[in-house]
Amino acid sequence: MEYFLLQLFIFLAAAAIAVPVARKLGLGSVLGYLIAGIIIGPFCLSLISDIEEVMHFTEFGVVMMLFLVGLELKPSLLWQMRTPILGMGGAQVAISSLLIGGVAFFFLPWQQAVAIGLILSLSSTAIVLQTLREKGLMKTSAGRSVFSVLLFQDLAVIPMLAVLPLLATVAMHSEGSHDSTLFDIGSLPGYLRILVTLLAIFSIFFLGKFASRPMFRAIAATKVREIFVAAALALVVGISLLMTAVGLSPALGTFLAGVVLADSEYRHELESDLEPFKGLLLGIFFISIGASLNFTLIGEEILLIAGLTFGLLGIKWLVLVTIGLIFGMAKKDRSLLAIALAQGGEFAFVLFQFSKANGVLPTETIEPLISAVAISMFLAPLLFLVHERFISSRQIEEDSQRETDMIERSEHKVILAGFGRLGTDLGRFLISAGIKPVILDHDAANVDVLRKFGFEVYYGDITRLDLLEAAGAAESELLIITIGDKDKASELVELVKKHYPHLKIAVNASDRSAAYQLMDLGITVIQRETFGSALALGQDALKLLGFDPYEAYRLKRLFRKKDEEMMPELYRMHREDEDQYVSMYQKHNQDLEELMGLDQNIDTEELDKAWTAKNPEN
Amino acid sequence: MRKVLIQFAHPAVARSKINKALRAAVEDLEEVTFNDLYAAYPDFLIDVKREQELCETHGVIIFQHPFYWYSTPAIVKEWMDLVLEYGWAYGTKARGLEGKLFLQALTAGGDDSTYRTDGFNEFTIAELTSPYRATAKLCKMIWLPPFAVLGIHRGLHSNKINAYAEEYRRAVIALRDGTLDIRQVQQDLYLNSDLNSVIRRR
Repeated sequence: MEYFLLQLFIFLAAAAIAVPVARKLGLGSVLGYLIAGIIIGPFCLSLISDIEEVMHFTEFGVVMMLFLVGLELKPSLLWQMRTPILGMGGAQVAISSLLIGGVAFFFLPWQQAVAIGLILSLSSTAIVLQTLREKGLMKTSAGRSVFSVLLFQDLAVIPMLAVLPLLATVAMHSEGSHDSTLFDIGSLPGYLRILVTLLAIFSIFFLGKFASRPMFRAIAATKVREIFVAAALALVVGISLLMTAVGLSPALGTFLAGVVLADSEYRHELESDLEPFKGLLLGIFFISIGASLNFTLIGEEILLIAGLTFGLLGIKWLVLVTIGLIFGMAKKDRSLLAIALAQGGEFAFVLFQFSKANGVLPTETIEPLISAVAISMFLAPLLFLVHERFISSRQIEEDSQRETDMIERSEHKVILAGFGRLGTDLGRFLISAGIKPVILDHDAANVDVLRKFGFEVYYGDITRLDLLEAAGAAESELLIITIGDKDKASELVELVKKHYPHLKIAVNASDRSAAYQLMDLGITVIQRETFGSALALGQDALKLLGFDPYEAYRLKRLFRKKDEEMMPELYRMHREDEDQYVSMYQKHNQDLEELMGLDQNIDTEELDKAWTAKNPEN
Repeated sequence: MRKVLIQFAHPAVARSKINKALRAAVEDLEEVTFNDLYAAYPDFLIDVKREQELCETHGVIIFQHPFYWYSTPAIVKEWMDLVLEYGWAYGTKARGLEGKLFLQALTAGGDDSTYRTDGFNEFTIAELTSPYRATAKLCKMIWLPPFAVLGIHRGLHSNKINAYAEEYRRAVIALRDGTLDIRQVQQDLYLNSDLNSVIRRR
C-alpha cells in the first residue's frame, strides 16, 4: 500500500512540477508530462518501476477521452462527417500502410513488412486530441479532419487485431492472446461469437438511449454528487470491460456510448465529472511513455532509430499533405493535418506487443521501432509549436486583413441559468428571437419535460465552476440568471465576476431586497420578478374601473419609469437603515413606508400636458 | 459654430443600408449629438424634459428618417405631439426653439421624377413636407429645404451611397460651422441640389 502511494506520489508530484513549467515555456502540457516521465524514468532519476504496468493501466485514459469526445459529437454530426472519416481516414491508413510496408519490404519478409506498415500508419489519438483541445482547434475544419482520421484509425485497430495473427512467421511462444476476466469469448463457436458481439453493441445503444436517463435521474435526485461521479465512472469502466470481453476495442465502445449520450441532458454533468479523471490518467500515461524511452538502445543505435523516426514522420507527412490536396483543403488546414498526424501512436505499443505475442514480429525488430514511435510522439507537440510559429502566424496576418463578417444572431452565445416558471417563458422568447440559449437547471424533472420540446437543457448545479465551463461560459456573451434562491444567485454572480469578467449578466430578483443584494454586487440589469405582472394587473384593474385603455397603459408606463428612477434612492435609504441595525420586520415596514412616501410624489401631470394643453391664444 | 442635434428615426435600421451609411458619416463629428429615437424610446414613452433640454442646447435640429407614407416614421409625430409644448415651442412667450435651424434628411424610394405634378406621386417633396415647414414656422425656427436621398427602391450602388454619405457629412459640417448660405439654399428644391454653390469657402 505504502509502495503504491509512494509511486502515485512520484507521478503526481512530477506532473505537478513539470506541466506548469512546460506551459510557462509555451510547450503545452503533453510535452511537460513526457519530460517529467524521462526525468523520473530509469535513465535519469530512476524513481519508478513497473512502467509497462502503469502504461497499461493508464491507457484507460484514452478510453475515457474517447468517451468524452463522443459526448461532444451528436450522431447527426457524425453522420455528416462520414465522408472525411471514411475517405480521408481510409486513404491515410491505406496509403501510409502501403508506403511504410513497401519500405520495410526491402529489409524484411513481406508478412513482417505488412504488419509494420499497418501498425505505424496509426497516430496518437491521446497526444493529438489533447493538444488540439488545448489550442482550441477541435472545432475548426482542420481539427475536424484530424479527428476524422483519428477516428478511422481507432476503428481500424479492430480488423488489425484480427489480421495480425494471420501474418505469424516466428514460432509462437504459447503466451495466449489477451484473456478477459469475465469469460473467454474464444471458447464460443463462430456464429455465437458474432451474436454476442452484436448483443454487446446493441446493449450500449439501449443503455445510452433508454436506460441511462431514468438511471441518472434517480441518481441526481439523491443530490449526492460523488454518487453521480461513481455512476459515470462505472458506466465507462463497465463498457470497457464489456468491449474487452467480446474482443472489441474499449475505446470504440465508450466512444459509441458517448455519441449515444451526446443528446442527453446529463452530458455536461458527465463531462465535468469525468474530465479530471481522464486528465490524470492521460497525464500519467504520457509520463509512462516518457519513462519507457530506452536510452541505452537509442544510444547504441542512434543512426538507425533517427532514420526510422524521421522516415516515419516524413512518409506520413507526405501522405497527409497529398490527402489534404486531394480533398481540397486550404493550405493552412493541410499543413495542420500533416503536422498533427505524422507521429506514431499509442496503439502501436499495444499492437507491437500483440504481434510479439502472436509471433508476427521478432523482439529485435520491435525494439528500435518502439523507440522510434516514442520519439515521434515526443516530437509531436514540438511539431505543433513549429506549425504555430511559422505557418499559422503568417496565416493570421492574412486573416486580419479580411473585413470582419456580420455577426449572426444565432452566433450569440447565451447561458440561461434556471429554467423554472420564469426561465421557461424567457427561454421561449429568446428562441423566438432566433437565440438558442444553453439552459442549465438543477431540477431533473423539469429538465426532462423541457427537452421533449426541443430545448437544449442540461442538468447540473449552476454554481459549480466546472459546469459553467462545460456550458461554454468562456465563449459566451451573456448570462441570464433566473434562479429563485437569491443567495445562490449572488453566489453565481460572484463566481462569474471572478472567473468570466467578460460575461454580461442579467438577473431576475425575487423581490426588492433580492434586488438590493444584487446591486451590492454591482449588477445593473435587474428585473424584479413580480413587478411587471403587478403593473399589468394594475392596468387591467384601471380598465375595469372604466379608465380609458390608453390612459391606463400610459399610467402604468409612467409608474414603471418613476419606480426605476426611485430605485437608487431607495437602495441608499435601505442601506442606511441597515447601518442602524433595525430588525428585519421593522426594516420591511420601513422600506414600505419609504416606498409609499416616494410614490405620493409621483405626479401624473406630465401625462396630461401633451394632449390636453389648450392654446390660450386661439 | 452651432451644435447639431440629429434626431434619428428608423424602426429597422439593420435593414437600411443607406441610413446606416448616412449615420456613420456624421456620428463621429464633433459638436454633433446623435439621438436615436427608436432606441431611446422603444415603447414611445418619450422623455419630454430630456428632449426639450437637448433642443435647447443645440442650434441645428435635423430629423433624419426614411420617407414613410409621404411623411415620417410614427415616433417623429409622437415626438412632436409631446415635446412641442405650448409655452415652450410655440406661443407668444415661447423661446425654446426660436432661431434654430430646422432640417429634414430623408430617404425615399421613388426618384426625383416621381415627385412632380406630372409624376407618379403627383406632389413634390416640397409640398409633401409642408406640414414640417409650417411646424418650423410656428416654432420660430429657420426652415431649410430637405436633404433628400431619392430613388433608393431601384437600389443604389455602393459608390452612390458613399457619395450621398459624403454630401451629408459636408452639409452637416457646413451647418455646424456656419458656412452654408442659408438665404441661397432656401431657394433650392433640396439642400443637396447643388452643395458646392451654397457652401461658402473659407
